[in-house]
Amino acid sequence: MVEPILQISNLVKNFGALRATDGVTLDLRPGEIHALIGPNGAGKSTLIHQICGTLRQDSGSIRFAGQDVGGLSVAERARLGLGRTFQVSSIAPEFSALRNVMLAAQAKEGSSFRFFNPVMRDQGLIDKAMAMLERVGLTERARIPAAELSHGERRQLEIAMALALRSKAFLLDEPMAGMGPEGSKALTRFLDTLRQEAPILLVEHDMDAVFALADRISVLVYGRVIATGTVDEIRRDPTVRSAYLGDHD
Amino acid sequence: MTIALALEQLLNGIQLGVMLFLMAAGLTLIFGVMGLINLAHGSLYMVGAFACAAVAAWTGSFWIGLVASLVAAAAAGAIVELAVIRRLYDRDHLDQVLATFALILMFSEGTRWLFGSFPLYLDIPPLLQGAVALPGGTEYPVYRLAIIAAGALVAFGLYMLISRTRLGMRIRAGESDREMIGALGVDIRTLYTVVFALGAALAGFAGAMVGAIQSVQVGMGEPVLILAFVVIVIGGIGSIKGALLGALLVGVTDTMGRFLLPKLMVLFVPPAQAGAIGGAVASMLIYIVMAIILAVKPRGLFPPAHA
Amino acid sequence: MILTRENLINLILAVALLAIPLIANAAGQPFYITLATRVAILALAATGLNLALGVGGLVSFGHAAFFGIGGYVAGILASHSFSGEPVLFGLSGTNQMWIIWLVAMALAGFVGLAIGAISLRTSGVYFIMITLAFAQMVYYFAVSWPAYGGEDGLSILVRNQFPGVMTMVPMNFFLICYVILLVGIALFAVIRASRFGAALQAARQNEVRVATVGIQPYRIRLTGFVLSAMITGLAGALFADLNRFVSPSMLSWHMSGELIVLIILGGTGRLFGPLAGAALYVAFEYALGGITERWQFFLGLILLLVVLFARGGLVGLLAGKAKHG
Repeated sequence: MVEPILQISNLVKNFGALRATDGVTLDLRPGEIHALIGPNGAGKSTLIHQICGTLRQDSGSIRFAGQDVGGLSVAERARLGLGRTFQVSSIAPEFSALRNVMLAAQAKEGSSFRFFNPVMRDQGLIDKAMAMLERVGLTERARIPAAELSHGERRQLEIAMALALRSKAFLLDEPMAGMGPEGSKALTRFLDTLRQEAPILLVEHDMDAVFALADRISVLVYGRVIATGTVDEIRRDPTVRSAYLGDHD
Repeated sequence: MTIALALEQLLNGIQLGVMLFLMAAGLTLIFGVMGLINLAHGSLYMVGAFACAAVAAWTGSFWIGLVASLVAAAAAGAIVELAVIRRLYDRDHLDQVLATFALILMFSEGTRWLFGSFPLYLDIPPLLQGAVALPGGTEYPVYRLAIIAAGALVAFGLYMLISRTRLGMRIRAGESDREMIGALGVDIRTLYTVVFALGAALAGFAGAMVGAIQSVQVGMGEPVLILAFVVIVIGGIGSIKGALLGALLVGVTDTMGRFLLPKLMVLFVPPAQAGAIGGAVASMLIYIVMAIILAVKPRGLFPPAHA
Repeated sequence: MILTRENLINLILAVALLAIPLIANAAGQPFYITLATRVAILALAATGLNLALGVGGLVSFGHAAFFGIGGYVAGILASHSFSGEPVLFGLSGTNQMWIIWLVAMALAGFVGLAIGAISLRTSGVYFIMITLAFAQMVYYFAVSWPAYGGEDGLSILVRNQFPGVMTMVPMNFFLICYVILLVGIALFAVIRASRFGAALQAARQNEVRVATVGIQPYRIRLTGFVLSAMITGLAGALFADLNRFVSPSMLSWHMSGELIVLIILGGTGRLFGPLAGAALYVAFEYALGGITERWQFFLGLILLLVVLFARGGLVGLLAGKAKHG
């Protein structure tokens, strides 16, 4: 079996009396899209926060790229190659799309403590960023302030930034949210190709997209993973049907 | 003898702490409910002191002056809230800092305009003149004890107000969820004005009380304001309980530091320098305490749960 | 460099600041040279603060600490140079400006590192209050430390020296300050346009995003804060030499407030905002101060109106909305 890129074991997080993450074990293997689904309040956000490093787990471990990252900061995990997008797009609003991606490219080079060379004349950095914008189809919009981009374009921009980090894994938090049917379809096609670059942990409510893309699905309910399996296995799983899909036919 | 002196200093520290609490409670309430940082809170303290001194001089009664200080500070607070502050709730902290800094300039110069540049003096009311004997043989002014008592009373009243009354319920709702309170049908704008005026009245009350033991002058508010900032940073912004404990901690630490450090320094350096070094270190002591607390708990001792 | 409207205004400001004292000098009005020098120094101090506040979004209400530290370095080194007594560890004082500048920047940077390391663990209102409190700590230290004048301050009997320049001649000292201001502004521009500047600006706009691409916002901000403190410290040393006097008032919270006001009057984050703001401020002080003793009341009123209704400041008013590449 191939070594997983991301391996979460027995993760626990409590908020007071509430156990938001209850012994979650989950992995992400090279080349796959692993979808994480679950009803609202199942603890998906809390889990993502712990994977990214904005929240610290109470117990359990998170290994990423062969290393225990449970004690590392957000920035340190990002530098190891954990690229993510947010439920509500997170970008530097005053910067153009290009400068946003350049920021990621310069971070990848590990060189933010350079004080003298003007960044906008750094052709190498610009080229790298433009290449990423081209991949997500934002070339035309490179010089537009990110604040003026449409909802879908910001999603693309975030992905371009994750690409510029040469991520070893992508963590995409509801990328389909707020996208129209056309946008969702285009994004689904794009994510399908993205998995060759690096595996994707996909948190998503849009079941069409999940069933179309996922190699494996994990179902999170009340902080627990109640089932993990292929699309067909999950569709057939009786616990999932009663606990989550709500089918009683 | 030294024990008695230490007890006297301890009481002074508590008295300073109580006054700081009155300032800090208003600041922290205003921040907690409206999310506003108000640099001009020291000006409201000054308004209270001037109102008390002027009215006491005019009527001959400290007590009427004290009432006047409450009225004047609350009125000034309400007017400022209506005219300026309510435009700032949606602004960033920088705009709030600048606008309230501008208010300080206007309050300070405006007060100089009205009262001139010389300090006013406010006499301690006859009822509270004199001193009581402390164990150990020294005497302690009744008035300072009265300040402590008054502060404790206000602290208790504030606690009752917030935990037991309808207004208090709205304030607590406003602290935890601003949209919620609007949905409940509470008139937010009026609530904000009332909270701001309440904070102003607390500051004005503190100014009037302190006015009788210090001179009443322009610029008296800002040193207290900055100490009150230290208090709420230590206590946790938005927490009344934190403000009370922080205020007592700062008051006692500052006073006892100034009293003890020069004496302690004698053990380490020649007596000629001990006073200077001890005094200089003592003047920085509360800030050092603040730095240590922040190093351990960046959001203060009692951080608000929702932030 | 493209000649945008903002660049044109910047050029006019720079030329005007040079022209006014030259004309005043020719007309035998040295008072205006002093005013222009004051503008240049305050603009430099605010340029330093602008790096933290305008670029990095760090609302420091404690930059007077660095301004005053620069001032005290100039005063203390000069007084030791005069008395011949060593300052510390047998090191003697000096009346050479360039050494004073280096020491002022180093000390301001060091104190900035200490204050920033603690303050930057917090953000928002906490940061404002904590920087204010630490500056107040330095203020009280200066007041209660008797060796260098305490509350009364410290005089610099003869203005410190610069090789080959008669610094006591007002025009010469102005030119020194003017050149340093231009160097400071150029440095600000270079830093802002660099990779570091990009990270610092991004940290202001969206801290989470910066961390998510793998840059530690804390380190970026701390570095920005220290650089900012150093520039403001340098301005403080010049300010002490201008007045030939340094006192705790340079360290006061009021000074911190004024520095922020200069930036806002001129336009936050703008390259020449601090210069525009300082010129406006000194002009107010001089013009209003000539009419009424209560000029600060009107300054407050104007500031209030600017904050409530004209948030772009002077440069914003003249040059339009800021552009971000």
